[in-house]
Amino acid sequence: MSELKFDSKGSTRSAGGPLVTGRGLRKTYDSGRVEVLAGVDLDVAAGEIVALWGASGSGKSTLLHLLGGLDVPDAGELTVCGMDPRNEAHRILLRRAHLGFVFQLHNLIPDLTVEENLSVPALANGTSRAATRARILELTESVGIGHRLGHRIQDISGGERQRAAICRALMNSPQLLLADEPTGSLDETTAETVFGLLRDLARQRGVTVVLATHERRFAEQCDRMLRVRQGRIEGSGSGATA
Amino acid sequence: MPSPVGWPQTGFMRHLALVFVNLRRHKLRALIGVAGISFGVAAMLTILSIVNGAIGMFERILAVDSHCLVFERNVSDLFFSSVTDEQVSKLRKMDLVSEAQPLLFGLVSTPGHPIVTCFGVEADNPRLTKAKWVAGRPEDFGLIAGGIWLGGRAAEFLGVKLGQKVEIGRGEFTVAGILSTENGFEDGGVFLPLPEAQKFFHREGIASIVAIKLRDQARAAEFLKIVAADLPGLLALENREFNQSYTQFQILHFTAWAVGICAFLLGGLGVANTMLLSVFSRIREIAVLRVCGFSPGQVSALIFGEAAAIATAGLVVGFLLGGAALFVLGHAPQFQGYVQAVIKPSMVGGIIATSLVTALAGAIYPARFASRIQPAEALRYE
Repeated sequence: MSELKFDSKGSTRSAGGPLVTGRGLRKTYDSGRVEVLAGVDLDVAAGEIVALWGASGSGKSTLLHLLGGLDVPDAGELTVCGMDPRNEAHRILLRRAHLGFVFQLHNLIPDLTVEENLSVPALANGTSRAATRARILELTESVGIGHRLGHRIQDISGGERQRAAICRALMNSPQLLLADEPTGSLDETTAETVFGLLRDLARQRGVTVVLATHERRFAEQCDRMLRVRQGRIEGSGSGATA
Repeated sequence: MPSPVGWPQTGFMRHLALVFVNLRRHKLRALIGVAGISFGVAAMLTILSIVNGAIGMFERILAVDSHCLVFERNVSDLFFSSVTDEQVSKLRKMDLVSEAQPLLFGLVSTPGHPIVTCFGVEADNPRLTKAKWVAGRPEDFGLIAGGIWLGGRAAEFLGVKLGQKVEIGRGEFTVAGILSTENGFEDGGVFLPLPEAQKFFHREGIASIVAIKLRDQARAAEFLKIVAADLPGLLALENREFNQSYTQFQILHFTAWAVGICAFLLGGLGVANTMLLSVFSRIREIAVLRVCGFSPGQVSALIFGEAAAIATAGLVVGFLLGGAALFVLGHAPQFQGYVQAVIKPSMVGGIIATSLVTALAGAIYPARFASRIQPAEALRYE
């Protein structure tokens, strides 16, 4: 086993080891009648951009939820950023300080402004107002929605909402960004732009990304592509090698 | 539209802002919760302050220029108490007693006013000598045959002046004087010389209570013991002690709080309903908060914060409504000046505490439900 080190956020991480390790992950629904994940093994190295590619219902979103501690596996071992997402306290700490989420639907809070929405993770984390404000300005400028800070969510476009959602996911400087079909609700051009932003931001900031997508074109642009089919990872590789 | 107001400075204030944003988004729902609490507050404020006022007035009737009260032992209501002339004489002869003022209570009816309090008093009773005489002279009290003396408010609602005839109960009297007092019961009542009142109410030789003024108030305890020993059919209490122990006052207090708390229970159910609807309609949003790192405790705090905000708004509106109701009741001619609201700080504190506790209790289940929302499930299905 590799050496464990504590980082500034209180988590442990294997030095030089994978950021995410999953072994034999299983998940069923409907009292075990529906098997969604049937023994998934997964390693994600720090700084990687990994695509979980597969059709709807293949289990990629469920796998992403397990990685993010939004759900717990029925069986298997899982370590994310040195923590066990099955533990409630670890889950809260993970979501508060180590993970960022982007969903297919932006899931921003209606009636709050862009700035207020982006403040939510900082609020959970107890970040100071000044630091929060600085972070919001930096992120929104980098994705081109700096002029939309005072606008309510319902008053901005779909692409801007998704950019705001990406900013929110990056607010607490996460190590790992989990993106579940982040371009799924966008038109082709906007989807290209948003995916590009997500990928570039992650690269610039050294954030590890696990992206669930059914669109091969986006999966192929990632460092590694894992094909998910019927609850299993069937192949991996870069681009079309999967 | 750009928001005109920035996000507040401190974490607490930012949490609070989130609370207000949630309430603002569902104004009608929040208003229903506020209305529930405010009606409870208004009801409690109105009832309690009227009851306190009434008790206060009654206490003052009993305690005019006296230290102790003597009345029949084991009687449920002072209107049914009987203290005989002989007992009054014995009290007057006691060394410790400076003055003993017998007082007979009775209820009479007049056309259009079914209940008017009648006080049978002796001519030197301090309530007469200390009153402001609007018409007639205090020294004539009891000297005018067939005369009756009216409180200022009673003269007003009966529409009579000095020397005019007035129908009281089965008899007709001549208004022999009009005296104004600050006490609503007295000001809205009528006065008869004690012997006339005893005759009128068929209680010859009887008084309801005797107000005792001691030569030395410090010897009150000694006086009470002497009464217990020498007049076993009577009970003597210091005024303060009487106010705390008189069953009628306790019943009034209890009833007022019971009615008020029932009103609050309805308000609490309103808040519970409001908060449940609020949580159920925001399951996805709460899941997003959890995804963003909110702990179950932080989510609960948001729900409790909303309930507390509703309770606070309800308190403000309720106090305004209650105050307005008291003003109207206090000035309504129908109440003959009997409504003299007394708002005590302890009562206000009790109402505030009851309101907050009720609202927060109503938020327990919604908060518990919200804190247990599983993000994955909520995001998957909603």
